[in-house]
Amino acid sequence: MKNIIIILLLTFGISAQAQQKSKNAKHTILVSGNCEQCKKRIEKAAFSVNGVKSADWSIETQQLSLILNEEKTSPADVKKAVAKLGHDSEETKATDLDYENLHHCCKYDRK
Amino acid sequence: MQKLHITLLLLFFGAFLSAQELPKVDSLKTVEVEASRKSIRKSYTITANTAVMTSKELLKAACCNLAESFETNPSIDVNFSDALTGTKQIKMLGLTSPYLMITEENIPSVRGASQAYGLSFTPGTWVESIQITKGAGSVVNGFESISGQINTELIKPTNDIPFFLNVYGSTDSRFELNTHFNRKLSDKWSSSLFLHCNTRLSKNDMNDDGFLDNPLAKQVNIMNRYQYYNAEKGWVSFINFRYLNDEKQAGEVGFEPKRDKFTFNKWGSEINTQRFDVATKVGYVFKDMPYQSIGFQNAFTAHNQDSYFGFNRYDIRQDSFYSNLIFNSIINNTMHKFATGLNFTYDNYSEFVNLTDYSRTDNSVGGFFEYTYDNGDDFSMILGGRADYHNRLGFFATPRLHLRYNPWEKGVLRFSAGRGKRAANIFAENQQLFASSRTFDILGNGGKIYGLDPEIAWNYGVGFGQKFLLLGKNADVGVDFYRTDFQKQAIVDVMQSPQQVLFYNGKSYANSLQIEFNVEILKHFDLRTAYKYYDIGSNYLSGDFQRPLQAKHRFFANLAYATHIIEKGRQWKFDYTLNWLGPQQLPNTRTNPAVDRLPEFSPSFAVMNAQVTRTFSSTFEVYIGGENIGNYRQDRAILGNENPFGNTFDSSIVYAPVFGQMYYAGLRFKIK
Repeated sequence: MKNIIIILLLTFGISAQAQQKSKNAKHTILVSGNCEQCKKRIEKAAFSVNGVKSADWSIETQQLSLILNEEKTSPADVKKAVAKLGHDSEETKATDLDYENLHHCCKYDRK
Repeated sequence: MQKLHITLLLLFFGAFLSAQELPKVDSLKTVEVEASRKSIRKSYTITANTAVMTSKELLKAACCNLAESFETNPSIDVNFSDALTGTKQIKMLGLTSPYLMITEENIPSVRGASQAYGLSFTPGTWVESIQITKGAGSVVNGFESISGQINTELIKPTNDIPFFLNVYGSTDSRFELNTHFNRKLSDKWSSSLFLHCNTRLSKNDMNDDGFLDNPLAKQVNIMNRYQYYNAEKGWVSFINFRYLNDEKQAGEVGFEPKRDKFTFNKWGSEINTQRFDVATKVGYVFKDMPYQSIGFQNAFTAHNQDSYFGFNRYDIRQDSFYSNLIFNSIINNTMHKFATGLNFTYDNYSEFVNLTDYSRTDNSVGGFFEYTYDNGDDFSMILGGRADYHNRLGFFATPRLHLRYNPWEKGVLRFSAGRGKRAANIFAENQQLFASSRTFDILGNGGKIYGLDPEIAWNYGVGFGQKFLLLGKNADVGVDFYRTDFQKQAIVDVMQSPQQVLFYNGKSYANSLQIEFNVEILKHFDLRTAYKYYDIGSNYLSGDFQRPLQAKHRFFANLAYATHIIEKGRQWKFDYTLNWLGPQQLPNTRTNPAVDRLPEFSPSFAVMNAQVTRTFSSTFEVYIGGENIGNYRQDRAILGNENPFGNTFDSSIVYAPVFGQMYYAGLRFKIK
């Protein structure tokens, strides 16, 4: 009986935790880029991640505003996808090769 | 009646003034940079072929009401007002306004009984912007649109200025007064009151044919709208109340309604319209989901027109209710959006043509789904469909498709296709023909709409646009071609006999080609040009003819120049528009006696308009202008004018200006 209660508590606990994972979580990450071209690339990369519902990158603020389903993905996955296309973000850097492949207008100053 | 006006006025004012005044919170002046914004905006990243006219564009012409606001826009042709109604009719892709979906803030506005004069019931100063979409249009608002869609956004109370005044007068003795008042009722509620009056007091007969060139007119138009806006919670709502009274008198100069109505003394006509509208809108954007929203619109309209044209009586009353529920959301992500919902329409018509009762009740209910794909880059698509049940049109489906592709930088390719179906209100839409000796004959086939079948048409269009630099100047070219195929049209046949108009179902088509070239010659100096080719034919009983009163070739040019804005917003603005029209097929008058015969085609001619605006500050400006400054006038505006009760009388054949040159002046004053 005790075990069952523990199991029940555990499952409830887990599901409660799962509920905290929002299906429409707002996240903002900094992504380096320069121009309209970059905007298209960055947003395309973000949308390629399953679970990303909305992605909007601003040239001025360098911020990528995301709405994503946390049950399916996380900001880290988006950072990886963006880096793959050559754009650095906080923590996740693009490989030099991917950076070199960028269109000339998108060759932002690397930190 | 007069009493009712005053009571209503007081009611409106009362409700408005009793709203308590709140202290002004915003004392910081916001700096607006808008001098270089284009007055017509065409985006190459939107899917449909849509141009947005801002209120700035509307200031370029005399533009007293919506019907006249398209004079500087090549996509829409403004016809010349006939001597009788004084109302300018518009055409898109060579088809008249019944084939357009005309909406006000996405609620169908000009339809049914208001088809002939509806556009003149929205004053130009109330308008914030106009979106003009060529081709099939969206399924969201209904199934009736065939050649395009015109949506007007009115000034929003939340963004309105406290006070606006516009006074206008012209040499054809038309006077207008527009005043707007705005109050912020609380941090979420605001209200605007728009008041419009226009009048033509004196009689003009410049062509000495014994008939008024323009009707005597009186219009009072009042609108009170409330807006609720709560950005935090995601709610927005509008409530509009509107009252209109419009009176027109036309006919022989000596006509006195009280004395001469329904007599052989003098020929005359009166058209009196009253209209009352209530419209509400509620929109909610879901919390944390800016891409998901729900909207609910409801509109009630009572429209009543009492009129007579000589001995022809025409009375129509339409009570309608429109309701639309829309849900917008995404599939997976914002590259895949959709809109879905339901519409309900109820129209109760009481219509009397002389003594014949054509009263009827129409209702329809339908559902729609529209999917939008946008890859965020060079391709987008809108695929829509709806299914409707209408008591006289039956059960039917309406598919629509729009595609956009950017093959290279600054270039755009577009394609659209769609189906439309509608019940033609043959009397309301062709009421200018009552002012003739024509008999109205319907060659019915047992259909449910005046004995006719519904109109069904398919519309297809392709277009290409390219922006480029020409000797260092911004320029763009555009070409588009549209075809409308009517499987069944309610044909209005004036080719059979000058004493008759026939209505029957038949086949027609409309091809239209537009070639546009625009360039910014200097900073603030813009040239717009367009050539338009129309091939609009119908299969008449007497053979195949081009649609009467439609020019096959048209040329349009507009030059706009503005000086730099100097201290305190002082500026000069100059605007010039040229419209050239090729020959137009005229209705058949061969069997008339020689004096009342017209040639088969009209001559070609050009009409020029110009305007100068002097802005003294950001709050005060005056303007003067001229219409038809070349003073071109149609030779014979009214056939059989010597004997208006004879059998050759016809005032409906108007292919050119009736009134000669006209000059006007006006002022605009704002309190910001």
